[in-house]
Amino acid sequence: MTGALLSTKGLSLSFGGVVAADSIDFELHRGERLAVVGQNGAGKTTFINIVTGYLKPTAGQVHFAGEEITNRSPREITLRGVGRSFQLPQVFGEHTVRECLLIAASVKSRKSGGFLRPLAHAVDADAVDATLELLQLASRAHDLAGALPEGQRKLLDVAMALMGKPQLLIMDEPTSGVSTDEKHGLMNVLMRALDERKVTSIFVEHDIDIVRAHATRLAAWIAGKIAADGPPEQVLADPAVIRSVVGE
Amino acid sequence: MRMKLFVVALLAFCVTLPLLFPWLKTPVLLALANGLSVLGVIVLIRAGQVSFGNAMFACLAGYATTAIARAWHLDALLLIALGTLCAAIAGGLVGLFMVRYRGIFFGMLNLAFSMVLFSVLGKFGGVTGGTDGLRFDRPTLGFVQLERDGFETALLGVALLCALLAGLLVQRYFRSVPGQALAAIKTNETRLEYLGISAKRVFWGGYVLAAALCGLGGTLFALTQGLVTPEMGYWVRSGEIVFIAILGGSGHAVGAFIGAFVFEFAKLYIAAWLTGSWQLVLGLILLFMVFAAPTGIFGLIERWLRPTGAGEKG
Repeated sequence: MTGALLSTKGLSLSFGGVVAADSIDFELHRGERLAVVGQNGAGKTTFINIVTGYLKPTAGQVHFAGEEITNRSPREITLRGVGRSFQLPQVFGEHTVRECLLIAASVKSRKSGGFLRPLAHAVDADAVDATLELLQLASRAHDLAGALPEGQRKLLDVAMALMGKPQLLIMDEPTSGVSTDEKHGLMNVLMRALDERKVTSIFVEHDIDIVRAHATRLAAWIAGKIAADGPPEQVLADPAVIRSVVGE
Repeated sequence: MRMKLFVVALLAFCVTLPLLFPWLKTPVLLALANGLSVLGVIVLIRAGQVSFGNAMFACLAGYATTAIARAWHLDALLLIALGTLCAAIAGGLVGLFMVRYRGIFFGMLNLAFSMVLFSVLGKFGGVTGGTDGLRFDRPTLGFVQLERDGFETALLGVALLCALLAGLLVQRYFRSVPGQALAAIKTNETRLEYLGISAKRVFWGGYVLAAALCGLGGTLFALTQGLVTPEMGYWVRSGEIVFIAILGGSGHAVGAFIGAFVFEFAKLYIAAWLTGSWQLVLGLILLFMVFAAPTGIFGLIERWLRPTGAGEKG
């Protein structure tokens, strides 16, 4: 386990007859940007759901930063430093963009979040504004989160996760639902933000161009297993990956 | 600014009305007591949850007040504090279980609990007085023994103060970290958990506050009448509270009291014309509100309060 930020050992889970995770051994090191590819149903999101505590594995362990986090709740795992963004962005639709971040920031705030203290005074407003700038949401700060276009909702989803000062951010399809010409711009903003905050990342992605441009490492999921794992060019040259994932 | 003026005007109205027409003292008191219970339900509505059983906390506080008054003859102010405290403690205990449920399950479980309380109060006649309820002698208020009229006037002052403070407290709570997180339960509980915030804990806080407010309303109701009956906790009463919240508008604390006043006086005057079918008129009013003004009466008022500044205190 030494040195690995996140590691799993023999991680398994099946839904009835479908094996969604088949004894997965995996290690992620600080500073990596891991892209995850795989067909629908290959077990990518299941893996994320187990690591972040949403699903309980039938066997195996998950370690994060030297501690075992298997079977812990999403809340406990988040507090230990694993942030998450979702394929369908999870934001507070009836709050403004800025309020969403204020609520997110309250978790790590050292000021009291008491019953009578206004939210705006209970958190570090500068940190909130800096994150709004970083993710290019400052111009939408006072709009309702529910009224944002998909691309900006994705950014907000990540921004909220970043307010918890995670060491690792797991993003499930950060560019899905966003038009092809906006994808690279969106990824540039996200990756710059993660670099600045020194956050290690895992992201699920279907677009091979995005993977080539942004990942330092690539893992291909096939039928609940990691079929290939390594530098992107090497994995993309793997015959099994070409057959089932790239489809060329 | 306009909001503050509006609240001051509302308070002035509540003071002058019973002074000009003394027979309106009791309806105003009942409206204030009811408004406090409605305020509790508005807290839950903030989390997107509707309870069809919150009258149980008003009822419980009423019985606690009565029991304490009969046993120890304490001052009315102490009775109010103790009655409210009992409701808050009960809310804390029942809440441990309730906060696990949402939507229809939450609403119906509250209803179920309230009906259990209703039945227990009705059946254990030896202790609770059964369906006839329990009476208690008029207590001192501020350690002064008053005649009925003076007591009602003084109680009205206390009730107004309670309403104002509770309204301010709730508005303040809505803006705080737990209050904002409570509102986020309505839109996205998944995200709350993935930020590291326990939705259950946040909701529990709201549930206890709601129970305490309903309890405060119930205590004032009991003191106004000098009598408690199991009817206070009947499910129809809980339904009324939700009805009033929709009528008055659940977006702001003031909505609870506007709704409670309209309800109390509508009941009073419509019942005089259409004895036995005043509910029909209220039903039509609710239908009209749902279609024409889903944000309630206060939602309509707020529209012309807004232009010069955002709503402040309540």
